[in-house]
Amino acid sequence: MTNFAFGRGAFAAALLLALVSALPAAARAADLEVKIDNFTFGPQKLTVKAGTTVTWTNEDDIPHTVVSTGHFRSKALDTDDKYSFTFTTPGTYEYFCGLHPHMQGSIIVKAVTGEADTKDGATP
Amino acid sequence: MSAQDHDRSHDHDGVSRRKVLECMTWAGTGVLWTVAGGVPTSLGLVGEAMAQTSGFTFLQISDSHVGFDKPANPNALGTLEEAIKKVKALQAKPAFMIHTGDITHLSKVKEFDDAQQIISQAGLDTHYVPGEHDIIDEEPGHEYKERYGKNAKGAGWYSFDQNGVHFIGLVNVVGLKAGGLGNLGDEQLTWLADDLKGKSDSTPIVVFAHIPLWTVYETWGWGTDDGAKALALLKRFGSVTVLNGHIHQIIQKVEGNVTFHTARSTAFPQPAPGAAPSPGPMKVDADKLRGVLGIADVTFKMGNARLAIVDTPLQG
Repeated sequence: MTNFAFGRGAFAAALLLALVSALPAAARAADLEVKIDNFTFGPQKLTVKAGTTVTWTNEDDIPHTVVSTGHFRSKALDTDDKYSFTFTTPGTYEYFCGLHPHMQGSIIVKAVTGEADTKDGATP
Repeated sequence: MSAQDHDRSHDHDGVSRRKVLECMTWAGTGVLWTVAGGVPTSLGLVGEAMAQTSGFTFLQISDSHVGFDKPANPNALGTLEEAIKKVKALQAKPAFMIHTGDITHLSKVKEFDDAQQIISQAGLDTHYVPGEHDIIDEEPGHEYKERYGKNAKGAGWYSFDQNGVHFIGLVNVVGLKAGGLGNLGDEQLTWLADDLKGKSDSTPIVVFAHIPLWTVYETWGWGTDDGAKALALLKRFGSVTVLNGHIHQIIQKVEGNVTFHTARSTAFPQPAPGAAPSPGPMKVDADKLRGVLGIADVTFKMGNARLAIVDTPLQG
């Protein structure tokens, strides 16, 4: 099935990306992406270094928002719209979609100690 | 024709819950439902049945999503216009229309303007409640309130009386909490309790709000966290009808004296609960689209607390 072949290709690309981002060469915090697809934030849980900018992209045909009460709130994101937030303070930031509150995710911000970024649950 | 057979099999019978569900999921020419004492009975196809009823009627339209232009329906304004043409063609002119929210897709001024321009062609007073898509402007809800909520309380709730029926428009799309469902909030519930004070138990009540007040499917957020509190306030009334939108498909259930009904969208269908990975717009073949969009016509026969809801697709 073509889907399978595509899936393999995507997996290989993701693996390559993961390897690249794990390289110590990245001195500054690598910016990271969260995709909104099928009413789900992916990855749902993301661990980043302080100073990282996370960009959400809405790939659904329905608008969504990204809201972390007391921290940040995007405007409504139409299809392909993006929202970015730079996390400077370590901590756990739970967020949800203000329009479809069953959609939830979290960003865990670690103090910069030199270790590489890790993505939890980035690949299934 | 299977549609007629299906319908006739219910003539003059009490109908079991299972059969009700059967009819509910059948999408075709509108069926006239009459509810007497909590028992739904199908009276026949729209044409014949409409001629028999001489009650007071009003219309429900929902989820126009003006501005939506994605593959599930590249022209949501066009299908709204078709729906309004259906309204104008109804034999018995309804007393008014209610719109159960998601008038627009993105709360843009032009979307509100376009919707107004089409809906006003029906020549009917229209009572609105907002959907979550109607309050995502820069200052959330500003545009909606300016247009439709000037005489309403809070985020846009209100009530009015018509032909002895008490109508209540509720807002359950504001102040949504992480992980939660629709939300009415304490202020609105207090207002509702007050609004119902002094109403006799025999007053027929129609409550309308965007998100279903009962839990249709929690996983997709199809319900209202404090909906049960509102329903508790309505418990003493002999005839309560709850009309919602949001889920872009017809689902009906009867519980005691309460009839719950969700309307089709005039823009695009959404999958049945759990039938897809997400509740996103469902793409159907272009020639099938108008069979899953539509309007609902509600008739009251005064004196016997009878209610009939006729769902009419844009195309039979």
